Amino acid sequence: MEFLLQQIASGLTSGAIYACVALGLVMIYVSTDHINFAQGEMAMFATYIAWTLIQAGIPYWVAFGLTVLIAFTGGLLIQRFILKPLEHAPVLALVVCFIALLSIFNAIAGMIWSYTVKQFPSPFPSGDPTGHGLVSYHQIGVVAVTAIMLAVLTVFFRFTTLGLAMRAAAQNPASARLMGVRVSWMLALGWGLAAAIGSVAGMMVAPIVFLDPNMMTGILIYGFAGALVGGIGNPGGAVVGGFVVGVLENLVGTYLIGNELKLTFALVIVVGVLILKPAGLFGRVNVKRV
Amino acid sequence: MAAVTNSWATRRGIGAVAIVFWLAMLALPLLGNVFPSESFDYYMFMGQSMMVYAIAVLGLNLLTGFNGQISLGHGAFFALGAYVTAILMTDGGWPYWATLPVVAILCFGAGFLFGFPALKLESHYLALATFTLAIAVPQLLKHKAISPWTGGVAGLVLDKPDAPFGLPLSPDQWLFYFCLIVAMVLFWAAFNLLRGRSGRAMMAIRDHGMAAGTMGIDTSLYKTITFGISALYTGLAGALSAITVAYVAPDSFALPLSIAFLVGLVVGGLSSLSGCIIGGIFLVLVQNWSQSLSDWMKATFDLRYDVPSWAIYGVLLLLLMYVMPTGVAGGVGRLYRFVAQKLAR
Amino acid sequence: MTQKLRRRDALKLASGALLATPMLGARRARAAGKYSPGATDTEIKIGQTMPYSGNASAYGANGRAHAAYFRMINEQGGINGRKINFISLDDGYSPPKTVELTRQLVERDQVLLLFAPLGTAPNVAIHKYMNQKKVPQLFVATGASQWGDPKHFPWTMGWQPDYHTEGHIYAKHILATIKDPKIAILRQNDDFGLDYYNGMIEGLGKDAGKLVALAATYEVTDATVDSQILQLKNSGANVFFNITTPKFAAQAIKKAAEIDWKPTQYLVNVAASIGAAIRPAGFDNAQGIITANYIKDITDATWATSPDFVAWKAWMAKYNPTANPLESANATAYSSAFTLVHVLRQCGDDLTRENVMRQAASLHDLEAPLLLPGIKLNTSPTDFFPIKSVQLARMEGDHWKLFGDLMTRTAV
Repeated sequence: MEFLLQQIASGLTSGAIYACVALGLVMIYVSTDHINFAQGEMAMFATYIAWTLIQAGIPYWVAFGLTVLIAFTGGLLIQRFILKPLEHAPVLALVVCFIALLSIFNAIAGMIWSYTVKQFPSPFPSGDPTGHGLVSYHQIGVVAVTAIMLAVLTVFFRFTTLGLAMRAAAQNPASARLMGVRVSWMLALGWGLAAAIGSVAGMMVAPIVFLDPNMMTGILIYGFAGALVGGIGNPGGAVVGGFVVGVLENLVGTYLIGNELKLTFALVIVVGVLILKPAGLFGRVNVKRV
Repeated sequence: MAAVTNSWATRRGIGAVAIVFWLAMLALPLLGNVFPSESFDYYMFMGQSMMVYAIAVLGLNLLTGFNGQISLGHGAFFALGAYVTAILMTDGGWPYWATLPVVAILCFGAGFLFGFPALKLESHYLALATFTLAIAVPQLLKHKAISPWTGGVAGLVLDKPDAPFGLPLSPDQWLFYFCLIVAMVLFWAAFNLLRGRSGRAMMAIRDHGMAAGTMGIDTSLYKTITFGISALYTGLAGALSAITVAYVAPDSFALPLSIAFLVGLVVGGLSSLSGCIIGGIFLVLVQNWSQSLSDWMKATFDLRYDVPSWAIYGVLLLLLMYVMPTGVAGGVGRLYRFVAQKLAR
Repeated sequence: MTQKLRRRDALKLASGALLATPMLGARRARAAGKYSPGATDTEIKIGQTMPYSGNASAYGANGRAHAAYFRMINEQGGINGRKINFISLDDGYSPPKTVELTRQLVERDQVLLLFAPLGTAPNVAIHKYMNQKKVPQLFVATGASQWGDPKHFPWTMGWQPDYHTEGHIYAKHILATIKDPKIAILRQNDDFGLDYYNGMIEGLGKDAGKLVALAATYEVTDATVDSQILQLKNSGANVFFNITTPKFAAQAIKKAAEIDWKPTQYLVNVAASIGAAIRPAGFDNAQGIITANYIKDITDATWATSPDFVAWKAWMAKYNPTANPLESANATAYSSAFTLVHVLRQCGDDLTRENVMRQAASLHDLEAPLLLPGIKLNTSPTDFFPIKSVQLARMEGDHWKLFGDLMTRTAV
């Protein structure tokens, strides 16, 4: 029983990581209608910036804030300067651009910081509150941070004019433009926010998996699955999806099929869910006008 | 849209270019007999790789470009084809050429079956499902239950075939011809498929599924069969890859392979047969280009660091997408029309 | 065809000799030596494939260090007056790419030999080709046991101690020192993990089935190995054999400490880098871990004054300044590059591929820098395992403390 609890707790921690990444994906999806394959590498890059700041002797929370700011600016600039010319390009051309960005970030990070893994500090105290290794303070912290980000995002998209404008710009750019929304800037804002969320995710992930340029490659797959199973247009759904994938993966690996195929099997279940509920667990079915 | 993208096929000029191209390819290996060189076999091998990738990209193009279903997992069918060939050659002792029909049937079956769940999924969700396939296959190949046949993590080493009937060709020249013949048959088949009724149905489904349905096209059937044909093409490419590389291992079919197919497809040009060939060439050459550029930059600017070639690759991709967002085939087509209009005026 | 080639080669040689004579004439009165493709009076061309990108890119440090070492040799005047032209290409750990690049190196660039291509699968992919082409595949950077097979593959030679033997040595140590062992194994699901695993199982003998409580695997794409560590702890094992790469080793060691699991831990040499695995995992968590070393731990103050370490340090500062100084690959690569340079020096003016293999197969008690005291390189025409010895070491404080005797391949 304790073993089962431990597996679930460990799954929830991984789940929180996936949820963080999934939130970034949802952010870009909601504001630009695309899935950003470079999301993981952007987060990794931001985490390296945080690492550099901390190495330079800047206190953790200051470095944290600075990194989020830098990431936000960076995301904004990427949209304004790199993706703007492609606003009207076919979807697959954009996908290729995301792949290009992924390569660039990964290679540059490897060049600057080398591929050797680095330790990344956690802002939370070490040790665990339960006394027998069930969860650590960092794990609780990650879950809490994810919850806070989710709350902020929900409020932002539901109740602020800017959030509404961003959603409108993504879903129906033409009408939004007629309503006076500056669509192009809304897209840029979406990228900035997604990059900021990504940087937080990276800084939460790194103490657990250690920092290296390939840190996010595996995690992005899980985040992608989590976002889709929960409903890609819905931040709350994506977070739940992330947790579901994390726990599922551990339970499947431990009790059902062994560690060799746990990722495959977890993904098969996710796809199975999607076949039954094509819009994800919490997504709304997109009604298209013909 | 369909009319625009398919109009090239009806233009006779391009048809002539295609015939000249394939004839030139047929003559190419003979250069090695006229001007012998140590490195000729290496260029033959590059040519084989280009054809392998071109066929794989063609498979993906049939599905994504002409039928509108996205796939991030075609590496899986490529791996299936490669392993079927490898296992038949090592365990079964089959000659390499005899494995191709088996690969074709098995991959068609696998693709057809995968087409059913794919029917229920659209765009991003289909991308995830196919992504799953790409991740699952290397793990499955390593699994202990089937490792007696797949060689597990160590993979399978194959023998490279010699030219048959005592032809005065080196093994690489012969394999070039072998790949070329397969490629020509497959491109010709694709050309005919797309030109006919089925091709029009496939593109109608891509352009407007619902409208196609109301016009009496069995969209589910067409979509699943397209998935099967697409897998068949990519699987055959995998089989050729196994024969030319003479080695298969799970590491050969990791996720980047599926991504590479997609990149080749977009760079070459969606919904374009000539684009597939361009895509295949691009996939083989781009890394060498990036590497040379990186070496050149390091030497010229006397840098302390190596400029990572993958960063250069990324920048090249971005630039290419700026200049030709519809791929090289699309870009060249536009340029051609532009020049033609200027001249006509 | 062959005639034409020969004529061209002869021309090339002649022109090379002409160019070289004014420079070298003073020092060496003799005419040009005997050469295979890739070697001339002024240059030795060496090829390599290395994963500079992809999941295995951490190993790219090896190739960069090799290049830096050859840069130093060239500045010191080269090998018998010949400069090394080192071409190291990125294969991303993808075997088909390795094949393509190897053919480029051998057929287009005409290298004399391939030096330390990295990874088991990439090397298997070119194994047959290199032996058919009769091009040396020297000192491959992988510890699979199949590289020392001169009877069937006379053109391929390993360098480091093989994984299989290392696993065997741990097994013997467990049997000798731990009463009633119950062993938990975590291994990467690939050839590297399997080699160690098989060595361990073989070493445990016929009771292996009973002694191994649980063997869990992970994939390089896994986010964490937390779930596996929980499973291993739950198996009730008192020994933990950790067959991982540095990143996952760090995760495993840290997680085991977090959940208060305190078995006797064995960590494979591949992951025993202080900089890449132990420091990130935390020294507190890593006390008492046992590994097997053959190379000096560059972070260990014990070696601070040994001449080879001092030379290495100076080389790092001057030729490899952008590398991570804690990364043990820099030491391994330095030592293996030294071995190659030694072999090429031994070749003298007979730089044929045959002679390169002959010299590589006649190392006698060669002391390569940074190897542990007492470890020497020995090869013969029937023995293609240059380094056969390792010594066990235990984590104490912030470094590996060696204990026991050298253990050699023949002894186990």
